[in-house]
Amino acid sequence: MKELSIYIHIPFCIRKCLYCDFLSFPAEIGNYVNLLCREISSSAPEYQQYQVVSVFLGGGTPSVLPAMDISLIMETIRDNYRISQDIEVTMEMNPGTVDEDKLRQYITAGMNRISIGLQSADDEELLRIGRIHDYQTFLRTYELARRVGFHNINIDIMSALPGQSVVSYERTLRAVTSLEPEHISAYSLILEEGTPLYERQYEYSFPTEEEDREMYSLTKDFLSSCGYHRYEISNYAREGYECCHNKVYWQRGDYVGFGLGASSMVRNVRWKNPEDLTLYEAYVYRQEDMCVPDRQILTEKEQMEEYMFLGLRMMCGVNRQGFARTFGRQIEEAYGEIPDRLCRQGLLAQDKNNMMLTELGIDVSNYVFAQFLFD
Amino acid sequence: MAAIDQSKIRNFCIVAHIDHGKSTLADRIIEKTGLLTSREMQAQVLDNMELERERGITIKAQTVRIVYNAKDGNEYIFNLIDTPGHVDFNYEVSRSLAACDGAILVVDAAQGIEAQTLANVYLALDHDLDVFPVINKIDLPSAEPERVKNEIEDVIGIEAQDAPLISAKNGIGIEEVLEAIVEKIPAPQGDPDNPLQALIFDSVYDSYKGVIVFCRIMEGRVSKGTAIKMMATGATAEVVEVGYFGAGQFIPCEELSAGMVGYLTASIKNVKDTAVGDTVTDVNRPCSEPLPGYKKVNSMVYCGMYPADGAKYPDLRDALEKLQLNDASLNYEPETSIALGFGFRCGFLGLLHLEIIQERLEREYNLDLVTTAPGVIYRVHKTDGEMIELTNPSNLPDPAQIAYMEEPVVSAEIMVTTEFIGSIMQLCQERRGRYISTEYIEASRALLKYELPLNEIIYDFFDALKSRSRGYASFDYELKGYEESKLVKLDILINHDEVDALSFIVHADSAYERGRKMCEKLKDEIPRHLFEIPIQAAVGGKIIARETVKAMRKDVLAKCYGGDITRKKKLLEKQKEGKKRMRQVGNVEIPQSAFMSVLKLDDR
Repeated sequence: MKELSIYIHIPFCIRKCLYCDFLSFPAEIGNYVNLLCREISSSAPEYQQYQVVSVFLGGGTPSVLPAMDISLIMETIRDNYRISQDIEVTMEMNPGTVDEDKLRQYITAGMNRISIGLQSADDEELLRIGRIHDYQTFLRTYELARRVGFHNINIDIMSALPGQSVVSYERTLRAVTSLEPEHISAYSLILEEGTPLYERQYEYSFPTEEEDREMYSLTKDFLSSCGYHRYEISNYAREGYECCHNKVYWQRGDYVGFGLGASSMVRNVRWKNPEDLTLYEAYVYRQEDMCVPDRQILTEKEQMEEYMFLGLRMMCGVNRQGFARTFGRQIEEAYGEIPDRLCRQGLLAQDKNNMMLTELGIDVSNYVFAQFLFD
Repeated sequence: MAAIDQSKIRNFCIVAHIDHGKSTLADRIIEKTGLLTSREMQAQVLDNMELERERGITIKAQTVRIVYNAKDGNEYIFNLIDTPGHVDFNYEVSRSLAACDGAILVVDAAQGIEAQTLANVYLALDHDLDVFPVINKIDLPSAEPERVKNEIEDVIGIEAQDAPLISAKNGIGIEEVLEAIVEKIPAPQGDPDNPLQALIFDSVYDSYKGVIVFCRIMEGRVSKGTAIKMMATGATAEVVEVGYFGAGQFIPCEELSAGMVGYLTASIKNVKDTAVGDTVTDVNRPCSEPLPGYKKVNSMVYCGMYPADGAKYPDLRDALEKLQLNDASLNYEPETSIALGFGFRCGFLGLLHLEIIQERLEREYNLDLVTTAPGVIYRVHKTDGEMIELTNPSNLPDPAQIAYMEEPVVSAEIMVTTEFIGSIMQLCQERRGRYISTEYIEASRALLKYELPLNEIIYDFFDALKSRSRGYASFDYELKGYEESKLVKLDILINHDEVDALSFIVHADSAYERGRKMCEKLKDEIPRHLFEIPIQAAVGGKIIARETVKAMRKDVLAKCYGGDITRKKKLLEKQKEGKKRMRQVGNVEIPQSAFMSVLKLDDR
C-alpha cells in the first residue's frame, strides 16, 4: 500500500513575528475549521489506495485553535483515511498558547509529537524579533507538555538573530539541550523581503559574518556532543527520533496539504491551494470555475532536479540506486561531469551507494543545488 | 501652387540654451499660424522622439513650413528649422544655421544669458544671420526682463530694447514674435536661374523612399528628374520627388527654387552619401564651387557595445545598421573582447550621443547591452614614426614601442555666477584644466575659459559642474586639437587575469586614484565565489591598488516549509539565471553591471 503524508495549514497567529514570511494572520478563525474538514473529507476518495503515515499541523500557530477544533480535524482524517499503525502526528505550537487541559486533549486527539517554537532563550532577542513569549513561558509550556505525556518534542532555535552574540547563542544551546528534547531544528535567520525585519534591518545590529559562522559551527559541534545527530542541513535528532514527515518532503514521498495556501505533491504533480480565504472557500466547495489551483505536472527533468536538491539536504545524501531505479539511468548519465566537478571542488562526497554534501558543501548548499538544475 | 514670391519667404531658426523654451516657442508658432489644432499638436509635433521629450532636448533637427498672414495683408511662408540643442551636435547646428537667413534668440527672463546661449548666438552671427531676441518666461515671478535686455545688449551687442516679452508656455506675446519674424528676418537671396546649389542640413532614412535629404536651395532650382550630384561625397542620383515640410509630414510639390527650404528624394540608400553640409548641384549644369563650411564629421568618443546575451550579436549588428541609416555620425566596427565576447567598437559625437544610441538600442530594439567605459581617440606615436589613432585601450602597443602619446583637448567656456567661480576653477584644476581667462559679463557673472583634456569631461564633468554650482553653471566646448600628454593604460586584473574590457587610458597622475576607485567599485560588484578573488589595478605590469572579494562562506536555503518546494526552486533558478547573465573571466564570474559601474567612478 502506498504511503501518504498529510499537512494541515492553520494560518492563524496571535501576532506575526517580525521575520516571518509564511502565510499567517491574526486569529480570525470563523468557519475555517469547517472548510478545512470539508476539504479533508471531500478529497479522501482520491487517496483510497493510500495509508497515512504522518500528519503535520503547521502554521501560523495551530495551538491558537481551541482543542475541540484540533480534535475535529483529527477525527475527520481518521474517519476518511486509512491510518498507519505507527503514524507520526506532529503539531506546532508557540509557548504560552496552551494549558495543561489543551495539551491533554491534543494527546486524546492523537498527537504524538509536538514542535515548540522557542527560537532563543534570551528574552531580549525574543523581543527584538517580535516573539509573543519569553523564556520562562516557554519553560512552562515545555514542562507541561512533558508532564502530560509527550515523549517526542522538537524545539526550534535560530541563530544570526539581531543583537545575538556567540555567547548568548551558546547559552540558548545549553538551555535547550539541558531540557533533553528528542529533536532540535536549528535555523539561521534569513531576512525575507517584505518582512518588517527586512524593512528595518538597518536599525538592528546583526552578528557579523564571522560570528554567524561561529554560531553555525557551534551548533554542529555542541549538538553532536550532546548526542544529537544531524540528519538534514538544519535538523538534529536523538537516535530514532528523526522527523518522518520532513523526510517525506526531501525524499519526494507523496503528500497532500489541506488548508489555505497548503502545498501538495502526489504522483509527481505539485499544486498549491489558494492563499485567499474567499478563493479557498470556492475551491473547497468545488466551484472550480472560480478557482482551480495550478497543477504542475513535473517533467522527468524536474523530478531529477528535485531528487537531487531535496535529497542532498539530507546528510545521508541521495542514493545512486534509488536514482537509477526511478529514472532508468545513472546520476552521471543525467548530469555529466557536474557531480565530479563538485567533488573536485570539495563540495560533494560520494561512495558506492550515496552522493552527499561535504561540510563545505553544506555551507554553500544553494550553490551546489543550483548546479543540479537543468538549463 | 502658384510660384512663391521670394520676398515673402522667411527662413529662420530659434537659438537658446537648454530649457529656455526653444521647442515650446516653436510649437506655439506652429499652433498660432493654424497649421494644426492644439490637439493635433499633441499627437503629431510633440510626439516625435520619445527620448527627446523625456530629456527635454532636441536631438534631430526638425523643420516645418508655416503660412502666416501678416498684419501688412501679405501671406508669408515661414520655414522654421529647429536645430539640435547640444554641444555634441555643434556641427549639425552650424549647418542648420547656414540654411537660415535669421534667428530668434530665446532668453529666459529669469536666468538670462548662459554659456550655450552665447555659443549659439556667436555661431548664428558667424553665419551672418540677423538675430533678434525674445524674452521668454516673463510670467515667472523671478522674471527680470529689463535686466536680461540690458545683458543681451551688453554681452552680445544686439539691440534688445524692443524685444518681444513672451511666455511660450502660456501663449503670451506670440503674435508679436510672428510680426517680428516678418520685419526683422531678411528674405532669402539667390537666383532661380543660376546653376543649382543646395545645402544639405539633415537627412533621414525612409524605408520606402530611401534617404530624404533636407536642403536649402541657395541658387537655382530642382525638380523631379533633375540629375543631382553631392559635391563632397561624389554620389549622384536622379531626383524622384521634391517637397516641403508639413507638420510631421512631407508634402510633395513641383519644384524647389532659390530661397526655399524643402526635401528631395532620389532613391539614395545610405545617409553616408548625403553628408550634412554637402552641396547638391545639377549634374548637367553644375555650380562652380560648393558652399563653404562642409566638413567630415568625426567621432569624438568611443566605447565597446556588447550584447548582454552573446546570442544577440546579430540582432545588435542589425540594429546598429538601421540606426546608422539615419545617423551618419554613428560609427561602428566589430571587435572581440576576451571578457565580453563579440561586440562592436562604436564611435559617437559625444557622450550624449552615446547615451542616446544606447537607449535607442535598448528601447527600440529591445537589446540588453554591456557598454565599456567611453574613451576618446588618442594618438600614439611609435618609435618607428608610425602614428596610431587609438580607440580601444586594448590595442595600445607595447610601451617600449611608444615614443609619446597625444590626447584631444577642448576649449571650454563656462558661464558661472561669481560666488561659484572658486569651486568651478577647482573642478577644472582637478580635471587637468589649463586656465585661459575670466571675463566678467556683469557684476555677478563671469565667463571662465579653460582648456581641458576631452577625456576629463566626457564622463561626468557636466554633472559635477551642475552640482558644484547648484545648477547655475553652463558649459560649452569645441575641439581645439591634440596635445602631448603623459598617458598610461590602466589594467584591471581579476583573480590575476587581465580583463580587457575594463582597461582604460588615463593620465599618469590620476592612475593611482582611478585604480583605487575601480578596485573598490568592482569589489562591491563581484559576487563572492567559493574562493577568494583579488582585484588589482596595474600600470605597465606594476600593481598600484588591490581589493579582495572574500570567499563565500554561506549560501544556505531557508526552511522548506510545509512542503512548498516550488518557491525554493524559484530561488535556486534565480541564482542560476543570475549566473547565466555573468561573464566568465578565468574561473571568476563577473556580472554585466561591473563593466558599467566603472562609468560612475566619481559618484560623490
